[in-house]
Amino acid sequence: MTTEPDSPADAGTRGTGSQTTPAATEPSVPAQPTAEKPDEVSTDVTPGEAVSEAVSESEAVSETAAASDSTASSDRTAASVSAAVRESVPVSETKGDLTPREISPEPGAKPKIGLADTLFKNLTRTAGIGLLVLIGLIALFLVLRAWDALSANEGNFFTTETWGANDTPPVFGVAALLFGTLLSAVIALAIAIPVAVGIALFITIYAPRRMASALGYVVDLLAAVPSVIYGLWGLLVLAPHFNGTQMWLNDYFGWIPLFDVGEGSVGRSVFLASVVLAIMVLPIIAALSREVFLQVPITHREAALALGATRWEMIRTAVIPYGKPGVISASMLGLGRAMGETIAVALVLPSTFNISWNILKPAGNTIAANVANGFGEANDIGRGALIASGLVLFVVTMVVNMIARAVIARRREFSGRAA
Amino acid sequence: MATRIEISGLTAYYGKFKAVADVNLTIEPKSVTAFIGPSGCGKSTVLRTLNRMHEVLPGARVEGKVLLDGEDLYGPGVDPVNVRRNVGMVFQRPNPFPTMSIYENVIAGLKLNGVRKKSLLDERVEESLKGANLWDEVKDRLNRPGAGLSGGQQQRLCIARAIAVEPQVLLMDEPCSALDPISTLAIEDLIQKLRSSYTIVIVTHNMQQASRVSETTAFFSLEKTGDPGRLVEYSTTSQIFSNPKEKRTEDYISGRFG
Repeated sequence: MTTEPDSPADAGTRGTGSQTTPAATEPSVPAQPTAEKPDEVSTDVTPGEAVSEAVSESEAVSETAAASDSTASSDRTAASVSAAVRESVPVSETKGDLTPREISPEPGAKPKIGLADTLFKNLTRTAGIGLLVLIGLIALFLVLRAWDALSANEGNFFTTETWGANDTPPVFGVAALLFGTLLSAVIALAIAIPVAVGIALFITIYAPRRMASALGYVVDLLAAVPSVIYGLWGLLVLAPHFNGTQMWLNDYFGWIPLFDVGEGSVGRSVFLASVVLAIMVLPIIAALSREVFLQVPITHREAALALGATRWEMIRTAVIPYGKPGVISASMLGLGRAMGETIAVALVLPSTFNISWNILKPAGNTIAANVANGFGEANDIGRGALIASGLVLFVVTMVVNMIARAVIARRREFSGRAA
Repeated sequence: MATRIEISGLTAYYGKFKAVADVNLTIEPKSVTAFIGPSGCGKSTVLRTLNRMHEVLPGARVEGKVLLDGEDLYGPGVDPVNVRRNVGMVFQRPNPFPTMSIYENVIAGLKLNGVRKKSLLDERVEESLKGANLWDEVKDRLNRPGAGLSGGQQQRLCIARAIAVEPQVLLMDEPCSALDPISTLAIEDLIQKLRSSYTIVIVTHNMQQASRVSETTAFFSLEKTGDPGRLVEYSTTSQIFSNPKEKRTEDYISGRFG
């Protein structure tokens, strides 16, 4: 007798389901051997599985399958219903001329792997390989397009602090752009990580349940706001009101070189861009950190509490160490977004090409913003130059991610996941 | 070090659900008391009220009194954090902090108490691990992760962590239910050893274990699902297992629980 079990466990469920519906609606009509039909997706069976089936179960399964209306019974479990629905398609096609099916196929027959398995395996394989090919092609594209521009460059690409890619002769360098990219992204993270982790901890541990879910929703919503909105907000709303803060920083923290404006004035600065970036990456880091903190086993939290930890000590002892790798990963995603952010930065920053540690002056630019600003009126060499700068961003992002992974892997055996 | 526990009129709730009602019992110092009873009878709940871990769950609350050497744990102004520093707890599943080494796990409680001196910490680690019968097995790898030990070793590490802060009372919530028989034996030996220093309360589903390790036994039960659990009988272990007063106790220990 039978049948098309995907796995013994699955068949077991179906057997249970059919016991509650003795499927008396149809007698065991002879079923055609379906193993020969390649178009029927889940009909093939390996000998081992088939033999391991209890005969009574197998019968029950085929009866379930043969029931003309397989969803009629209301007392089945969801699993058995879905199994029956899945089955009802091929069986209903052959209804009427069913013959008993063999438990074990012909001696010597090869175990067949279902079409669905093959299809799915190839689908996932294609997706995996496709991704690698895509990355390779992107790198290749960047290198090829960049090459011409780089060979025509009269300056040193890595040290020159100007961007005259459209001039003749072209003189351009990525130094200032790279500096601006890294500086703004790092400051953005420095602002965003503590706040995001705080939000995540508040949601997972302190907030009442209802408030927690509302807050979680708002955080997710923030992540969905398009970056141009943040950019416009930064330019039109934040920038005019931000000079006071920047002056205050200059007045009281001017002894830190970062905040020393000297004789100049404050304005649409790297710091302003960083704040906008921080707000943009905040929801990503907060949402992922929240997920990580939610995964801290309740037993670890109770262990800390039972030792006489206050809530904060419990967080410090059990929650943060456990969540640290996840928070690092989340921060790296945030860093990636901050470094690659284009339009918001392009709107806020005044596009200058000098390296300055002073983050309050109206100056600065980033690779992505420069591409957005310059691509429209760039000539061939200019485009190649922009693409070359994009390649630098690509490599830097990759290096940053590799470092992050190494950091996480270093303490892997202490992560609580390795054991 | 060891302390008398007097529970009077204790009722514990999970939200609106009354989990256990009107428990009265006195636990003598330096003794081992076993809580037995069917699932859902509230024995773990009662245990968790003894170090105010019950209220950690949202909506959970307690009525009644728990006196620790005459001092009410639920009196006004009593800080649960202080209670828990005096009443150690070992859980059903071994739960060493996975991000910490064996050494760090043992001193976790001491660090919370502000002990920083390296020599003192070293001393207490050795003492506690020896106290937990684990020292010989781990002394050469104190800096390895605690989560890398076997289940039984992890549980003994948790006991070492609990006794490192020198509590007055040690609560054990089914400490062996996730362990194999050999590890269980090791824990039971350990309980025999610890009884001279601590007041120990152990929840167990294993009646042989209760009869092996405890001097007094409290049998909890409930009429039917949804009813609060109640203390049915509390007596010496030998009495409970040989000559129980209550019919329900007898049914339960003889396996005729219906």
